[in-house]
Amino acid sequence: MNTAARPSTPLIPELDTPLPRVTDPTGLLKWIGSVDHKQIGIMYMVTSFVFFLFGGVEALLMRLQLSQPRFSFLTPQDYDQIFTMHGTTMIFLVIMPMLIGFAIYFVPLMIGANDIAFPRFNALSYWLFLFGGLLLYYSFIGGGAPDAGWFAYAPLSSEFNFTANAGMNYWGVSLAATGIGTIGSAVNLMVTIWTLRAPGMTLRRLPLFVWMVMLNNVLILAALPALNSTFVMVLFDRLLHANFFHVPSGGQPLLYQHSFWSFGHPEVYIMILPAWGMISEVIPVFARRPIFGYNFVAGATVAILLLSLLVWGHHMFTAGMGQTLDIAFGISSMMIAVPTGIKVFNWTYTTWKASIHFTTSMLFALAFLLQFTIGGVTGVMFASFPVDWQMEDSYFVIAHLHYVLMGGSAFALWAGIYYWFPKITGRMMDERLGRWNFALAFIGFNVAFMPQHFLGMIGMARRIYTYPDLPYWHLLNLISSIGAAVLAIAVLVFIWNLIYSYLHGRVAGDNPWDAFTLEWATASPPAVHSFEQVPPVRSRRPIWDLNHPDRADWKNPEAVRGI
Amino acid sequence: MSDKHVMGMSLFVASEFVFFAVLILAFVFYRQSPANIGGPTAFNSLDVPTTGFYTACLTASSVTFWLAERSHRRNRTGQWHALLLVTILLGGAFIYGEGREFADMSGQGIVPSTNLFGTTFYALVGFHGFHVAMGLIVLLTVFGISLRSRFFRGAAHARAIRTIAIYWIFVDAMWWIIFPTVYLWSLGNHGILGEPFKAVPFR
Repeated sequence: MNTAARPSTPLIPELDTPLPRVTDPTGLLKWIGSVDHKQIGIMYMVTSFVFFLFGGVEALLMRLQLSQPRFSFLTPQDYDQIFTMHGTTMIFLVIMPMLIGFAIYFVPLMIGANDIAFPRFNALSYWLFLFGGLLLYYSFIGGGAPDAGWFAYAPLSSEFNFTANAGMNYWGVSLAATGIGTIGSAVNLMVTIWTLRAPGMTLRRLPLFVWMVMLNNVLILAALPALNSTFVMVLFDRLLHANFFHVPSGGQPLLYQHSFWSFGHPEVYIMILPAWGMISEVIPVFARRPIFGYNFVAGATVAILLLSLLVWGHHMFTAGMGQTLDIAFGISSMMIAVPTGIKVFNWTYTTWKASIHFTTSMLFALAFLLQFTIGGVTGVMFASFPVDWQMEDSYFVIAHLHYVLMGGSAFALWAGIYYWFPKITGRMMDERLGRWNFALAFIGFNVAFMPQHFLGMIGMARRIYTYPDLPYWHLLNLISSIGAAVLAIAVLVFIWNLIYSYLHGRVAGDNPWDAFTLEWATASPPAVHSFEQVPPVRSRRPIWDLNHPDRADWKNPEAVRGI
Repeated sequence: MSDKHVMGMSLFVASEFVFFAVLILAFVFYRQSPANIGGPTAFNSLDVPTTGFYTACLTASSVTFWLAERSHRRNRTGQWHALLLVTILLGGAFIYGEGREFADMSGQGIVPSTNLFGTTFYALVGFHGFHVAMGLIVLLTVFGISLRSRFFRGAAHARAIRTIAIYWIFVDAMWWIIFPTVYLWSLGNHGILGEPFKAVPFR
């Protein structure tokens, strides 16, 4: 593999009138017409943050409805629409595009490239995501929001008799649009990583964030098309009255479950892999040492990638697949815990006896370690299918998945935002507000979701819009709702911190954290042409080598080799 | 695969295989469903020889496009345009054949809502036809640009042609998975599922 970016003749001829350029000082057009990977990365992040606020409001509405037994704040129909939109939004319009936004922004910078492989295609991916998301939200005024849950089991989702409004049509079409955009960005990032690396940036020197994004792209390319064909089948059934899942004419709902979850479980890893990458960047920088066991972090992720394609059946233990498949999927699911455990130990050992700088970013990363591990352990519980039979579709599942996605991915994203905000805007985020943000988020998150484990164990099913006043149900639900309110305050503090720091934050300088990877060699914020000259890459920490020439990694390979 | 366009198209095509894999699995899964007894099935409703002819057209178009790419690389503009045009006509013949087939079948009352065969057949074959149509639009665009300007003539844009060739050959290769699965596999007598389907004029 030749690593140099080679000059090439343009595929598209020069036009008479130039396309809008990012350097044009014309306000909105500068963003709409942008093909610059940094601007598009920011657009991804801002858009998905706005969708995060939508999804957050939906979560608060649900928690308000559930805070009292027999509460009639929302009707059952409203509640169905809101939990469906909450799940769909958070998964497809928040976590995935937010992680993709970070990847679009930072992968070229981290490998020493001045742009992404296909800039216009990159813009297309973003606009598909934006308009897909807008179409999904248009459903609220266009005939009713989708109301069959985020995994929308057929035939509930595929028959007009069962989901009578147009919501599921919007669901299929809009998510297919965002899905095609996601596949596009995966192709784009994959080609960028393989063909545009700076000289010396070998695969074994790639920052771990780039490694994780690369593996994530493999998963997207393998999994997202299966989702698109699932949408095709659902839309055929709904719009052409076809029979894929129409039981009276021989359709099999199990086919839906298999084709959805063969996408759906890789999707879970699509939402966590880049987050692991962020953690693998943040922890070494604030522990002031290279990551422990670089090869193991990368290799374990390859193992997770391969395993994740073989475990979808653990979502279907209660569907009656038979004991052979149950055992096979149970074992393969438990096996994922091994490489995941390796990674958690790597991160933990990186902090072992280190002189840790407890910045807000590092606090979020450490909370990630704790919460992600809790979510992982409950995940292993579910791999044991007798437990799954008992807990399936209870609040235990809700607690588990929020510990992984909120306590895991979202906390990693917070760590990433506090870590990279100085690079993106040129200003530091306020640490005092940051600590408030962290404390409120940590307390709010755990108060909101820890009681849901117990609610699930005493029998509360997910997706019920209200409940009778059974012993402890009211108390635990109320605690959970209070936690959600605290979490909402944490988000408000975060927004205030974003605005305040963007306007008045301390000027950051190029490398405020004394960090290690190539993105910190650019100006803050990076110029449109990011690198005038890419620093020499002789180890995994090129900027460390540059700033500490006497202690450079490449002079002293023994000290940083790890395993 | 150090060329970024070739690599990008290869990755996209690889993901398309997954998309079709699910639809093919659905077709195979429902192929012998007892719910189809008495209705149209793959065993009594497909005109294999006719589709075989159009299959030959699509396969030939891959060959002609390969030859076109070669003459493009060798700067033989006239030959390149002629072979590209033949490619487009052969691809167009395939789409025409598929349109005729769909029209005939729906005329007999076989539509996606008829039964599981109709559902899976139209989804799988239809989405393949959609991909062929997209490829034709790209080929027509290249043909138009190449006729009107010097752009795309000559070796400078060989990578663009190679990138398009990957897509076009993928479409053909995909059909060579679908054609045996849907058509050739149905040639054997298949008991009650193979009994003649009484065509009902579609209203």
